[in-house]
Amino acid sequence: MDFAGALSGDHLKFLFNGFMVTLYIAFISIVLSFIIGIIIGTLRYAKIPVISKVLALIVETIRNLPLLLIIFFTYFALPEIGIKMSITAAAITALTVFESAMLSEIVRSGLNSIDKGQIEAARSSGLTYIQTLSKIVMPQALRRMVPPIVSQFISLLKDTSLAVIIALPELMHNAQIIYAQNINYVIPIFILVSVMYFIVNYGLSLIARRLESRQA
Amino acid sequence: MIDLSILINNLDTYLEGFKNTVLSSIIALIGSFILGVIIAIFRISPLKPLNWIGTAYVEFIRNIPLLIITFFFFIGLPALGLTLSGFVAGTIALAIYTASFIAEAIRAGIQSVPKGQMEAARSSGLTYLQTMTKIILPQAIKIVIPPIGNQFINLVKNSSILGIVAGLDLMYFGDIVSSTTFVTFDVYIFVALFYLVLTIPLSLGVGYLEKRLARNH
Amino acid sequence: MFMSKSKKIAGMVLLSATLLLSACGGDGSKETSGTGGKNALEQIKEKDKIVFGVKHDTRLFGLKNPSTGEVEGFDIDISKEIAKEILGDESKVEFKEVTSKTRIPLLNNGDIDAIVATMTISEERKKEVDFSDVYFDAGQSLLVKKGSAIKGIEDLKKGTKVLAVKGSTSAVNIREKAPDTTVLEFENYTEAFTALKSGQGDALTTDDSILYGMADQDSNYELVGGTFTEEPYGIAVKKGNAELVDAINDALKKLKENGKYDEIHSKWIKTN
Repeated sequence: MDFAGALSGDHLKFLFNGFMVTLYIAFISIVLSFIIGIIIGTLRYAKIPVISKVLALIVETIRNLPLLLIIFFTYFALPEIGIKMSITAAAITALTVFESAMLSEIVRSGLNSIDKGQIEAARSSGLTYIQTLSKIVMPQALRRMVPPIVSQFISLLKDTSLAVIIALPELMHNAQIIYAQNINYVIPIFILVSVMYFIVNYGLSLIARRLESRQA
Repeated sequence: MIDLSILINNLDTYLEGFKNTVLSSIIALIGSFILGVIIAIFRISPLKPLNWIGTAYVEFIRNIPLLIITFFFFIGLPALGLTLSGFVAGTIALAIYTASFIAEAIRAGIQSVPKGQMEAARSSGLTYLQTMTKIILPQAIKIVIPPIGNQFINLVKNSSILGIVAGLDLMYFGDIVSSTTFVTFDVYIFVALFYLVLTIPLSLGVGYLEKRLARNH
Repeated sequence: MFMSKSKKIAGMVLLSATLLLSACGGDGSKETSGTGGKNALEQIKEKDKIVFGVKHDTRLFGLKNPSTGEVEGFDIDISKEIAKEILGDESKVEFKEVTSKTRIPLLNNGDIDAIVATMTISEERKKEVDFSDVYFDAGQSLLVKKGSAIKGIEDLKKGTKVLAVKGSTSAVNIREKAPDTTVLEFENYTEAFTALKSGQGDALTTDDSILYGMADQDSNYELVGGTFTEEPYGIAVKKGNAELVDAINDALKKLKENGKYDEIHSKWIKTN
């Protein structure tokens, strides 16, 4: 094992650059999938005929597939039917598709957890269905959803590493390039990379716990 | 639209991968359950050192990517003198990773049983172990079954990681089929269907259990 | 009957799900590049820049040096010289990373103008891309740890594990030439070589040109048994771009005539 050689200044900089790509891709995917997740989750909750059923089928299909397969499929298979994307766009698209499906489920069960009596009360006091949803149900549900949403974001950050199969220059990819030079770099690099992921994800999970206890 | 002959001509290859995905999932499922229970016991144990090990395990493993754990067993361990095949390395990594989530689900379940019951049982003369196995665990199991079920679904999906370390699973053989047929789209539609054959029934089962257990409460 | 129908439906669901959600994702706007009736060569001249897809993990051909951030190798130097011939200045070149699996999609996407990435000219690939003349003669060989019992392809028997890279011709070749041996395929050369060094296989197979780079990096490994295939490397461009192919061929010819080619060749490839 060669800690000094593995963790030289140049290598650290190279890993840091990779981690920035990881965070960047994760951040964009998080924002997009949060928006899409809320839309899909709400549409499914509202039980609109046909649309809700179709969405249920799509969401269940995606949720039951490996993300690795979705990333691979987006980048390598979609071009065969004329949908072509850069590596970055493919990574963001695949992560967004998968995480939107996961988040929509969190949103839907969050909405379902709100007492139906409140809806009836709001409706009978003259609010429209949309108003009831956006003013009464959603704000309460969102508060309950925060902890599972944060853990989903932690998953997403970890899952970004799977984009290594399409050569996205993120943290794992750059780590591979470094340890390929010398087998004695493998363990030191693994330790450092694990610690990098750990710090960010553990930080996020502490925030989630704080939010959780504030609600209780 | 989808060329069925790809499936028919490469059925042996697909089935070989499917078999290994199922095998890896079952081994990792059993392994992660046993390890998860042990870690959960550590975490709620009144002994400080055990408690500390359990917490460190859960917090560390849950917060790093499965890919790193897999690579650690595949190319990290050989640097320390132990070489494991991609299948074995991937399966061990899956079990270790999933165990952290299962331990957390079990801990949450056990701690949701009111503390007063433990005290009552202990004061009526039962030992700590007896109280755990006879009073606390039977109640906790109902609460932890759905989240553990969900972890098992994740485990089956995550087993696709074997494809990256030549673990001879569905993902891996998908690559082999597409490099011989020069088709990617159709090949992976079939790979996806093989995964769905495993995960959809599991999801439906977990959903059913969730509903039933919720009704009993 | 029921099976095939339900599979089609499931396939369509998967497809439409991906389509729907990727449309929502609102990404990929930069990929829509209007060709405007101009051929590839004219477009390159117009933007005054040529983008080559090169390997980043292949020592001697295209390797990203983690210390400098620069890509270095035979393919890189050849690309720079071609850029010089076509656009008059080697600084008008841009490099993008490709792997054996990503290079054709990237070319067809329009992300890169040409592939200079240890790519063997084959009949199958000619259906998908257009190739220049041969710019490097490689051949498939084996890399083993020094002192290995494997001395050549005839030593690959049942139970021997040979490592290769997904999507490469060498993986297909080795299955044909040594059908009893176990072939394990990895995402890229980095992973495959790391796997060999970790004892995950007995030999690694690919073009000798790439194996020389690995042996150069780690002197515990050596090539054995010479080459058992011919792998002529070509520069690939999007199908139907005769003008660009001609311009590249002219540039290659010039480099061979003025001695530049030999200079680059001996700079990187040291045959013993």
